[in-house]
Order: sequence, then C-alpha cells, then structure tokens
Amino acid sequence: MKLFLKIWRQKNSQSKGRIVDYEIDEISPDMSFLEMMDVLNERIIEEDGDPVAFDHDCREGICGSCSMFINGEPHGPDKLITTCQLHMRRFRDGDTIYIEPFRARAFPIIKDLVVDRTAFDRIQQSGGFISINTSGNTLDANTIPIEKENADKAFDAATCIGCGACVASCKNSSAMLFVSAKVSQFSLLPQGKVEATDRVLNMVNQMDDEGFGNCTNTGACHVECPKGISLDYIAKLNREYVKANLKK
Amino acid sequence: MKNIFKSSIGRKIAMALSGVFLIVFLTQHFIINITSVFSEDIFNMLSHFMGNNPLVQFILQPILIAGVLFHFVMGFVLEWQNRKARPVTYAMYKGSRNSMFVSRNMIISGIVILSFLVLHFYDFWVPEMDYKYIQVKPEDPNRYYEELIHKFESPIRVSLYCLSFIFLGLHLVHGLSSSTQSLGTNNKYASTIQKISYAFGIGIPLGFCFIALYHFFIHF
Repeated sequence: MKLFLKIWRQKNSQSKGRIVDYEIDEISPDMSFLEMMDVLNERIIEEDGDPVAFDHDCREGICGSCSMFINGEPHGPDKLITTCQLHMRRFRDGDTIYIEPFRARAFPIIKDLVVDRTAFDRIQQSGGFISINTSGNTLDANTIPIEKENADKAFDAATCIGCGACVASCKNSSAMLFVSAKVSQFSLLPQGKVEATDRVLNMVNQMDDEGFGNCTNTGACHVECPKGISLDYIAKLNREYVKANLKK
Repeated sequence: MKNIFKSSIGRKIAMALSGVFLIVFLTQHFIINITSVFSEDIFNMLSHFMGNNPLVQFILQPILIAGVLFHFVMGFVLEWQNRKARPVTYAMYKGSRNSMFVSRNMIISGIVILSFLVLHFYDFWVPEMDYKYIQVKPEDPNRYYEELIHKFESPIRVSLYCLSFIFLGLHLVHGLSSSTQSLGTNNKYASTIQKISYAFGIGIPLGFCFIALYHFFIHF
C-alpha cells in the first residue's frame, strides 16, 4: 500500500506545530497502525530526520497509551478499539490519512502526537480510590454479597482505560465520561459507598480545575470510547453530584 | 450546596432546568395559539386571561423573561468556555461519525431562535406593553385575534416565522433529551425519551408553522 500521511509535528510544548506531509509505500495491510508508524520512523531516522513521537505501550488495547486522532476520530475509523488495534487493511491504497494529537487545553502537547494526560491522574488522585488497609487482613472475595446488576455495572465502568478518547472526540473537550466511569465503578460497590460523597465532589472539582469543557450530551464520547462506556454513567454522575451537594 | 452552580455539572443542570421551563411555556403557548385555528372566541378569551391576569402578568411573565435571558446567557457562557477548552482545533474532525449535527450546533439554532424572539417581541410584546402601559387604552377582550391575523398577512414575516420554527425544532430534538440526561434520568428510559424528543421537536414547531400558514392563506 502507498499512503499519504499528514502528521502534526511540534517540537515541544512551547513551539508552534504544523501538519507535515509524508509519503510511505510498501505498507502491508496486515500491519497495525503503530507498526506503520514504526516503519515511517525507521525511514525518517535513515534520512537523519527526527522521528515522529507518539505514545504506545502494551499494544493490545489495554493500557490506553496510544492516543492518535486519525482521520478525524480518536483511535481511527473503527469502533471499540484503540489505535494499536487498528490495522492498515482498514485503509485503501493511495489514501490520505490525517494523524493528529488528542486536542484539549487540559491535554497539552509534549511533542508531536504525545500529549500530557496527567490531568486524568490528578482527577483519580482526588478521589478515585477506596481507603482500605491492603497490607494483610485479606478477606474472602465474596464476604460482602453484591447484587449481580451492580457488580456488572461496576465492572463495565472499570473497563475505562483512561485513554482520553472521550475528551478528544467531544466537541467541548469534556472529561465527563471518564470521571463518570471512575466515580461509578466505586460508588456501585459497598466498599466504595463509604467515601461516595467526598469522591464525587472532589473528582468533579478537580475535573473543572483542569480546564476540561462542559458536557452538552452529544454522545460522541460514548461512540468513540474504545471500551464503549455508556452515557448512563454520566447521568449517574449527575445524580450523585446533586445528592452529594445536598448532603454537604 | 451553594457551590453547585459554579461547577460544570451544576451549570448543565441549570441549563436543563431553564430549558425544561421554557419547554413547558412553549407547550402552553402552542395550546393557546392552536385555538385560533378553531375558535376566535376561545383564542380571545385565553389571550385576554393571559394578558390581564395579575399572576401571569406580574409574576409568571417576569419569571419567563428571566428564564429566557438566563438560558441564552448561560448558553453563550458555556459555548465560550467550551471553545476555550480546545484552543487549537483539529485539521480534520468527523463529528458526523459520532454525534448528531443538531447536538453539535445548539449555539447556531439558539442564535436563530434568539433573533426570532427579537422579532416576536417586536411584533407582539412591545405593542402589548405600548397598548396597556404607555397609551393606557381601554381593555378590549376581542382584539387579540385581529392582532394575530394582522401579523400573519405578510409573506416575509410568515416565512421568517416558519424558518425560525425549523431551527426551534432542531434545538428541541436535542434539547429535550439532553435536559433529561443532565437531570440524571436513568438511561433505561433513553429510547422512550428520544422518541418523545423527536415527537415534541417536530410536532410543536410544525404546529406553529401550521398556525402561521393557516392564518396567512385563510386571509390571503
């Protein structure tokens, strides 16, 4: 396959970036998108150029590191996958592919396609946990009975890998889907209910402090989420936030 | 509790509540207006009541105006904040792959509705205030129907009204379902709410268009 790539290049967070054109051929349709980027970088390095910086780690759709905005969508045109699970057979010979970083004020660009997503870490640190002693005192897993429906919902919420596709796809750069998943995965379980009030208040406050936009319920986040996190969690977050404010 | 409306969730809840309030008003406005098609007397009676009842005039009307202003001002504030949240836009952004056009462009339909309201106030509210409080004319309970059909004599005005109603419909289709989501409605009702949003968002503006066109053609 021969492809025409339009890739966002930016030296560092301070510099001004621009789209740079690349032509690449002999790309196998069986390559993953990240392998195609590897091949491109090898060729750039052979020509003494500066390789394109991009995030990747597990390359099996678990870690949420890869963060490219491909042809107008986070993680590319396929649904329920991350960039590392996108394969070149999804494109046609001669296609032009736009490759950009996830764009949001709260996700400043570090270099090229690498963005700083530590805003998510700070939101997690503000309340995305349960305060229990994990050293010793190990209890049986089923000591506390949990309704199947709630257990399933909590598990679904916990599948969020924090990749930031929700922010990248949202026209407002809202992080509401991420925060709603993280709040819900704990608040649905008995162990997480104890700190539910403080958790939702602190996490929403931190989300707002980070400079994410406001949710306007377009639903883009749910459609583009590689784990298919439901908008239901945003409605749940709204309910929990109001309840927490009434308690405080 | 005092800080709730300073947060992003609080703002969207406030936006939803004001939107629901305006939807309720719109419904009663439609019910009154549609009577003009069936009965001049009923329309005059209801309009006279709305125009002269102290509760409506001095409590509900100021609340309504405040609600309209709040919804628009908050809409612009949210739009400004949301644009700030992405200072550099994408070279390629395929919003149509993941969301409805109307949901991404509420500000555009909102601006058209705001422009329409300026015309609507100029047409009906300003003359009403002039009639009652500036010229202080004696109340005529039978003047409302005549005033209504007089406004719908102009094809340009009727066209502008119908165009605005189309944008109102686009705004309502997303606005109604979005407000219930913001208010935390469980998503097991999402499908039903979406159907109601479509029915309301298409039905009410279509009804308003019908009223305008009916009076235009019947008195052509």
